[in-house]
Amino acid sequence: MKTLRVMIVAVGGQGNILAAKLLGEAGLSRGLDVRMSEFHGMAQRGGVVESMVLLGDGKGYCIANGEADFLVGFEPCETLRAAGKCSPKTIVITNTAPVPPFTVSLGGSPYPDVQGALTALAPRVGKLVSFDATALAQEAGSAVSVNIVMMGALVAHLAPHLQKEDFLNAIREKTKPALIDVNLRAFEAGVFAVDQTTARTGGFK
Amino acid sequence: MTHPLLSAQTGQKALLLGNEAIARGALEAGVAFASAYPGTPSSEIALQFFQIARETDLYFEYSANEKVSLEVAAGAAMCGLRAIVSMKHVGLNVASDALMTLAYTGIPGALVVAVADDPFMYSSQNEQDSRYYAKLASLPVLEPSSVAEAKDMARYAFDLSEMLKLPVILRTTTRINHASGVVEFGHLRARNTAGSFQKAPFSYVCIPSVSRTLHPLLLKRMAQAENIAEESRWNIIEGEGPWGVACNGASYGYVSDAIAEGGFKNRFRILRLGMSYPISEKRVLQFLSGLEKVLVVEEGEPFMEEAIRCVAQQAGLTTPIAGKRTDLFSRLYEFDPAIVKNALNHYFGLALAIAKPIGTQGLPPLPDRPPNLCPGCPHRGAYTAIREVLGDSAIYPTDIGCYTLGLHAPLNMGDFLIAMGAGVGSAGGFAKATGRKVVAFIGDSTFFHSGLSPLANAVYNRHDFLLVILDNGTTGMTGHQPHPGVDVSHLNIERSPIDMESVVRGLGVQNVFTVNPLHFRKTVDAVKQASACTGPSVLIAKALCPLYAKTLPGQKPKTPYVVRHDRCKDHRVCVDKTGCPAFSVTSAGVEIDALRCAGCSLCAQLCPEKAIAPLAREIKTP
Ligand code: SF4
Ligand code: SF4
Repeated sequence: MKTLRVMIVAVGGQGNILAAKLLGEAGLSRGLDVRMSEFHGMAQRGGVVESMVLLGDGKGYCIANGEADFLVGFEPCETLRAAGKCSPKTIVITNTAPVPPFTVSLGGSPYPDVQGALTALAPRVGKLVSFDATALAQEAGSAVSVNIVMMGALVAHLAPHLQKEDFLNAIREKTKPALIDVNLRAFEAGVFAVDQTTARTGGFK
Repeated sequence: MTHPLLSAQTGQKALLLGNEAIARGALEAGVAFASAYPGTPSSEIALQFFQIARETDLYFEYSANEKVSLEVAAGAAMCGLRAIVSMKHVGLNVASDALMTLAYTGIPGALVVAVADDPFMYSSQNEQDSRYYAKLASLPVLEPSSVAEAKDMARYAFDLSEMLKLPVILRTTTRINHASGVVEFGHLRARNTAGSFQKAPFSYVCIPSVSRTLHPLLLKRMAQAENIAEESRWNIIEGEGPWGVACNGASYGYVSDAIAEGGFKNRFRILRLGMSYPISEKRVLQFLSGLEKVLVVEEGEPFMEEAIRCVAQQAGLTTPIAGKRTDLFSRLYEFDPAIVKNALNHYFGLALAIAKPIGTQGLPPLPDRPPNLCPGCPHRGAYTAIREVLGDSAIYPTDIGCYTLGLHAPLNMGDFLIAMGAGVGSAGGFAKATGRKVVAFIGDSTFFHSGLSPLANAVYNRHDFLLVILDNGTTGMTGHQPHPGVDVSHLNIERSPIDMESVVRGLGVQNVFTVNPLHFRKTVDAVKQASACTGPSVLIAKALCPLYAKTLPGQKPKTPYVVRHDRCKDHRVCVDKTGCPAFSVTSAGVEIDALRCAGCSLCAQLCPEKAIAPLAREIKTP
């Protein structure tokens, strides 16, 4: 199998590292070689957090520009910031709910028109799936599960290499007992969101 | 509950963080004694030992700084124990004084110095290459290329150290420390925690006459190390072809993947140096022999490149050898697969496919998202008050910790930053040279790390500045580790915390003030008083880091604050002075995100309209 390269970007506190770890665990349980790296120097302090997950044979731990098969963004600005990781084949999955950085409140640069920007990005990549994952997480029971919603939307694209069940098991084994049910619901909501968007757009470009 | 690194069965596979793998390797080697000063990207190594020491007879301590940490571990290794000390690259600068001469005495036990470099400076002030310390001290260095190897090399490092009777440096980079990979657990060797010391003053007390006998001994040990390097399973030669690539650490993965992807295995001979110092001349010659040309792929400095060139020169080889060159590799930053492929293409005239990123033209500019002090961070209170009193009139040397983030607008606090403790040290120079008001910042952990001696210096040499000790009761930036001022009895760990104010007074500072920086007016007054003093004065701004406070027993979360729009006149003093990230400014005016607000009340104290109130009270008085 060709190595799958998944780039996950988020704002500190959105649970990027845990999401990547669950994806890695799911891959491992499928018998895939898993290599990941994470950059979270100051995650707790609201900075950007990046994870790279490589599933399949190989030795490197890094995804270069243009190399991501998937770009998963938990926040639309961060998805756009990481656009350089995409090639014309990349599948981009992004949350549309903004988390404006405090520089915006201070009246520095404005928060961009995300919808417009995503529309401009869509034709340049293989596929763009965008939806309000934060709302779905809240519906599932907790806004903190936004990471799991996003993973649902990602894993919906990973068959046959990785099955939903692999990820559900990872949730059961590796997330906090009190959050397992919420997370399971959040995951299904993410999977469902992909079906919905794809149905609505008839194979959204 | 047994720690996951201990409960794992031999032969079991798991996904581990590089740092967890290093800790597990040490446990498999039967490590009995561990110490550290935390520092990204090394901190999770120490975290494992901290946790494991609570449930086993492994000894672990967070030491006051890296030098002390190394010395404590050296003491244990002098008594025959297997010891490990972990730190970030710049920590080795601090520890290096001890390390240089420890190489002379050697150690009867085993001592592994795990040091984590940070190319690209994801969270560091420089990207120095620690391998030069191995050369400077004459000590062996091991460099893993994968997480699995990090574990195995960590385990092996103890054997190597014991064999050579020398400390061994295990050098990693962020891309290994903070990478995760699949690791197979090995057998856990039993720990020996009972050391014994054999006196041998004429081998261990480094007076000149002794050191004159020890330096040749060190060279002898390193000659032995070179023999080991020659046979070492970590120094791999793989593939066969006319072209050579020498690599190490993370770069090996990129080289190996690129060559495999391109189907060029029959064109290349790869040398991967896992034991990169002392370099095995024979191994390098074996690699070089018959090659047409060689590319050296290593992040950081041309350490291997220089060594390989030396070997080639001695053997009279004229094989072209290249590495750091404007058209090939830079000494700056991290590599990635594309950088390595580009250089391979350029140097060997290949056409390895390099992923082409999409164009980003026409996408809107994005607002920066720099890390910021957390909502409720007491440092924000201290900085806001100091800015209120002194504005930009003072010079603000700062230091390393969360409070460095005060650099960003709107606080704009921080004029000079180089190293732990250097804020205090440099303050005296700034004051003498300019005669201006100087206010230096240092955190509590950093103060115990390297603030004591510069403060003593300031007292003795009559420097004139105000030192603000931002005492949040923990080591915030690296994940809330204890330091010599922290009581950890709630974790059932017995320590004797040191009172900050007594230390400062004990060093002879006459003017010492302590204030809770979240009391704005009181802090303003204290800053006025303290900055009016001549000579070194100290203001201790003391309030717990709210993230740390959350982990303590009996600490209740504070009520979040809200903006009452009936009173708010939209001056935005709150946002503009504090820069608290719980605020957002919308068309409806200023809002506080109740989920993010830590209830510190700083903004409420600043609001001239008294329009910011705790959530509950606001509801009670509509
Ligand atoms: S971790 Fe603590 S000390 Fe550091 S910025 Fe956050 S609140 Fe402040
Ligand atoms: S009370 Fe004000 S300054 Fe403090 S955390 Fe809440 S919004 Fe931020």
